[in-house]
Amino acid sequence: MSELKIDNLSMRFDLPNGSSVQALKDVSLTLQSGELMSVLGPSGCGKTTLLNILAGFLAPTEGQVLLNGQKVTGPDAHRGMVFQQGALFEWMSVRDNVSFGPRMAGKAPSDYAEEVDHLLDIVGLKDFKEKAIYELSGGMQQRVALARCLANHPDVILMDEPLGALDALTREKMQSLVLKLWKETGKTIILITHSVEEALLLGERLLVMAPRPGRIHKEYRLPFADAGVGADLREVKKNPEYTQKREEILSMIWDMEEEIMGRTEAAQ
Amino acid sequence: MIPLSLLLFYIAVFTGGFFIVKRFFAGPKNDFTALKTVTFGDESAVVPARSASVISIVTLFVMWGAFTGSNLLPSFLHVSGPFIGDARFTYTLESPDGTRDDADVLVRVFPFGTEVEEPTIEPGSGFAKNDAVSVSQGRSVTILFDKNDAVTRKEGARIVAVDGKPIPAEGPLEIDAGSITMTGKGALRFAPPLGLQMEPIWLPPPEYVVTRVMETAQDGFRNFTLWEHLGYSLFRVIVGFALGALVGIPLGYAMGLSNWFRGWFDPIVEFMRPIPPLALIPLIIIWFGIGEKGKIILLFLASLWIMAIAARAGVSGVRISKVYAAYSLGASKWQILRHVIIPNSLPDIFTGARVAMGVCWGTVVASELVAAEVGAGMMIIVASKFQQTDIVIMGIILIGIIGFGIDVLMRWAERVLVPWKGKG
Repeated sequence: MSELKIDNLSMRFDLPNGSSVQALKDVSLTLQSGELMSVLGPSGCGKTTLLNILAGFLAPTEGQVLLNGQKVTGPDAHRGMVFQQGALFEWMSVRDNVSFGPRMAGKAPSDYAEEVDHLLDIVGLKDFKEKAIYELSGGMQQRVALARCLANHPDVILMDEPLGALDALTREKMQSLVLKLWKETGKTIILITHSVEEALLLGERLLVMAPRPGRIHKEYRLPFADAGVGADLREVKKNPEYTQKREEILSMIWDMEEEIMGRTEAAQ
Repeated sequence: MIPLSLLLFYIAVFTGGFFIVKRFFAGPKNDFTALKTVTFGDESAVVPARSASVISIVTLFVMWGAFTGSNLLPSFLHVSGPFIGDARFTYTLESPDGTRDDADVLVRVFPFGTEVEEPTIEPGSGFAKNDAVSVSQGRSVTILFDKNDAVTRKEGARIVAVDGKPIPAEGPLEIDAGSITMTGKGALRFAPPLGLQMEPIWLPPPEYVVTRVMETAQDGFRNFTLWEHLGYSLFRVIVGFALGALVGIPLGYAMGLSNWFRGWFDPIVEFMRPIPPLALIPLIIIWFGIGEKGKIILLFLASLWIMAIAARAGVSGVRISKVYAAYSLGASKWQILRHVIIPNSLPDIFTGARVAMGVCWGTVVASELVAAEVGAGMMIIVASKFQQTDIVIMGIILIGIIGFGIDVLMRWAERVLVPWKGKG
């Protein structure tokens, strides 16, 4: 089974003015196959940088990422990515977007057509298969993005605030969908989010990162993702443990934000 | 005075039309703007009033017709035309001994280009005899009044008054029949009233232009039919633009995708882009002559930089998340070029193509004005040298219609081929 090993990862960006920014410092982590991990942290803590390194879009200045023992050197079909928005291809129909991966791999339509249909049914786009992307609402577009990623059978799915641009109601529906897909497909999923509630709901493991330099601050193991599969997420949120964890993490992030603010003020 | 009254008339129709349409014809609006209480400042609530467009165009044509005496308009709408008919006035001749005598002059003003029966008049009594002359409309005539008089200018006779009024030394004397000036040798020069209408040599009436279109379509102009003139211009635009796009689009892609290409061509493109294609015409003529080759190379250059820059903008405009997504779905570089970058750049390329076609159409006409054997621009510049104003106006109108048609066609193609434009 697949294993994602993040080994002592550091990332430093050199700026044109001679200074440099330490986006990540000594991040180490191992994910077992089928784990669902959410990553949370104040802005500037290197969440997106971490995800881009995992996908292979950026090369780390130190350390390495191993997937099934293979070093990641660039983007490939083993690690699928779901973006916040705008990563779908407007010039293709919904169906062509979802079948993009198999088509690029040179598979015959008979090999993937049935599965693409099935995936679109699962994400609730049965009647929208031939529609153009710009005819869909934001929530529907993210369903297409999920289906497109799944159709390519990646080992790991990386999600960069996939639900960030959706309204609260759509967002809740999509959270249930992500849990359902996770359970049904058994994929390893890493999900970045700004929302503490979402991170609690969609993480067996929850990573809280701290900024400057970007590093792992604390890790939790949570029962809510399992409890949330097929259940009413609002019921899960009523759990006292959920409330207590939410308050704990919120105050943790508030402290970090205040520390940043304080440091900035001191610098001025 | 005339321009001012024209402007006042135009403003009157503009305002009058507004109130009349508003008062009598504007039905209740039932589109989505109907319930908006704030419309001033809300650009989306401003839609062109079609009735205004119709009135505007009709007014232009009516003014054109009124000032050219067009047959398409009832004659009461015409402004006053040049005088036609018999004009009469009386001059007073003074002989050297101080005696005076009056004589009549009959001037027959006949329509331009017609034969006329020479007028005659009874000589009358006294030493000054009556005279009769004829003249074409809008022209003036010198009246040698003393040909039949008993005393002549050589003998010292001179005219002291016309219709009882003395003739000023400077400028004409305005009388009922027209205007009178005295020549240096003491003869009379009579000009019948011109009226306000334009002569066809300045502005022909609309029906002249229509007739000219049909004539030129049938008989041609300067060895080529009208359609050949227009067709050659269009052909040059299409070939020049196609070549420009064929080279410019790949060049733009290369500049958007490769440091080396960007570095190599950036100075060239940035230098050539601001040069108006018209400024290249002299060099093109020196190098390639005035034939098809020179024209097509000029249009190629006119469209090349526009298309290269449009394609480059199309590549740089691709959202990086689309490219990332394609890579992590396993696409190769070529597949990303083929399935992501090229389709993503099409809206920009269409915008560039619309601009390039407009520039090419303007450039081809201008280059034909400078030198050509056939073409829309050549047609109007040659016609203007022969004062064939109707052909000039016909040419300008047809050039405008074709330019508009090209733009409509490009917009239609854009809607059909890149329906996702602006919806990404």
